[in-house]
Amino acid sequence: MPDTAWTPDQPIVSLKDVHKSFGELEVLRGVSIDVMKGEVICIIGPSGSGKSTLIRCINGLNDIQSGSITVEGLEVHDPKLDKLALRRKVGMVFQQYNLFPHKTALENIMMAPLKVLKEPKEEVAARARRLLAKVRLDGKEDSYPGELSGGQQQRVAIARSLAMNPDVMLFDEVTAALDPETVKEVLVTIKELAGDGMTCILVTHEMGFAREIADHIYFTDRGVIVEHGPPATFFKEAKDPRTKEFLSQIL
Amino acid sequence: MIELIQEFFRQLAADYPRWNFIFFYEERQFDKVAEGLWVTVQLSVFCIFFSVLVGVVGAWMQGSPSRLLRMIVQGYIQFFRNTPPLVQLLFFYFALGQFTPTHSPDGWLEVPIISNVGWAVISLSLFAGAFNVEIFRAGIEAVPESTREASDSLGFTRLQTYGYIVLPLALRICLPSLNNNLVNLVKTTTQAFAIAVPEMLYQSVTIWNDYPSAQNPMMLVLFVVYILLVGVVVMSMNRWERAMKIPGYGT
Ligand SMILES: Nc1ncnc2c1ncn2[C@@H]1O[C@H](COP(=O)(O)OP(=O)(O)O)[C@@H](O)[C@H]1O
Ligand SMILES: [Mg+2]
Repeated sequence: MPDTAWTPDQPIVSLKDVHKSFGELEVLRGVSIDVMKGEVICIIGPSGSGKSTLIRCINGLNDIQSGSITVEGLEVHDPKLDKLALRRKVGMVFQQYNLFPHKTALENIMMAPLKVLKEPKEEVAARARRLLAKVRLDGKEDSYPGELSGGQQQRVAIARSLAMNPDVMLFDEVTAALDPETVKEVLVTIKELAGDGMTCILVTHEMGFAREIADHIYFTDRGVIVEHGPPATFFKEAKDPRTKEFLSQIL
Repeated sequence: MIELIQEFFRQLAADYPRWNFIFFYEERQFDKVAEGLWVTVQLSVFCIFFSVLVGVVGAWMQGSPSRLLRMIVQGYIQFFRNTPPLVQLLFFYFALGQFTPTHSPDGWLEVPIISNVGWAVISLSLFAGAFNVEIFRAGIEAVPESTREASDSLGFTRLQTYGYIVLPLALRICLPSLNNNLVNLVKTTTQAFAIAVPEMLYQSVTIWNDYPSAQNPMMLVLFVVYILLVGVVVMSMNRWERAMKIPGYGT
């Protein structure tokens, strides 16, 4: 029984031979990844190769056909799974920020701790302000998402996820929709987070960033992991022709 | 002052026999108009409240995973949207009214638990509610799936997501169509006339049956009353719309 028995010397996130189809289309064809606590891993690969699907399966937004995914020993696709327990452990940040447009920045951050965790309001408010300061948005407490730039919205979204005190953060191309000049501020925030020891799984097209921040890089193509390794060796010694082609196009 | 007005209309009725504003100088007729207005206002307020409630709950049920529940809502909408409200009213009062239990408040007379006013509220609320379900559903469908996913991944339950995020956003989108339907509802309350609910139209007709010379003035009163009533509804809805406007969101 892996359920309650998780200890930090085991992978915090573990995917074993995961298969996922949308109807006829097989998007993940046997993916296995182990992530240790505190590790930062980057998933790269061409568009349509199943990166978003992969990351969405980890917090149960997509179901899977076979294989297994565990987070801290929780079987993600067990029908009896306590979804809330999973959601408390895993935070997710999306490409399109997906803030709640009718709530201010501060309210966006406070909402889940208040309504989901039912924590006391003063405590949540204090934490939310701390998190806003952490993502360098102090002063923007009362701004609505529509009044913030893309980069600012994305940092609020990161703070919103952090407010649930997750153990793992998932980032799905979180800078892809941003202007080049605001990409950096978001990357800095993620880097600080990784520096604090947060376990991060990132899908990204920012190769320089991946090289700098990642402990391990996975290259996916058509639903399989073609090649993986620490950045130092991965970028220099890619063996598979598909990896080489992808890197030559993007670097 | 009051005497002067009464004298004026008494004289007017004498000079122009088709313009007998009898309620301006005869207290009993005035009370009838006042009561009719009061009943119409109450009928409108209750029907607006319940029809919006039906709309909110129905739209939620339409998004339910249960097929049976969705089919029930669909059947309800088809029935109430595709049949005349007057026929529904008569059906509720005369057909269903026979089967409702009675009680005896004074120990002598047996009266049905649901009065004709009660049936009017039920029937009209269900009629307008059917349209409200469709209106809310359209609003809900306009809320991006990604916003729902963000809420999902923060651990909100389906009901919380609906109440805190989807509904507030959907409401803003569907307010103009809701506005239209509620205006229609206020006007449709006149059909309660058919089951002798003492509302504005009913009282007016009893007055002009007693005093044919008051027919023109009563019609004039009806038009003025409904223009004012609808005006109040439209104005409150517009004010509400403005109050709910989110800075930097939408148009
Ligand atoms: N909800 C869905 N329904 C059907 N097909 C989907 C859905 N989501 C993704 N796909 C398909 O799965 C494949 C992988 O998509 P995705 O995981 O978004 O790739 P990536 O993030 O690497 O660009 C694509 O062909 C895409 O069209
Ligand atoms: Mg993607």
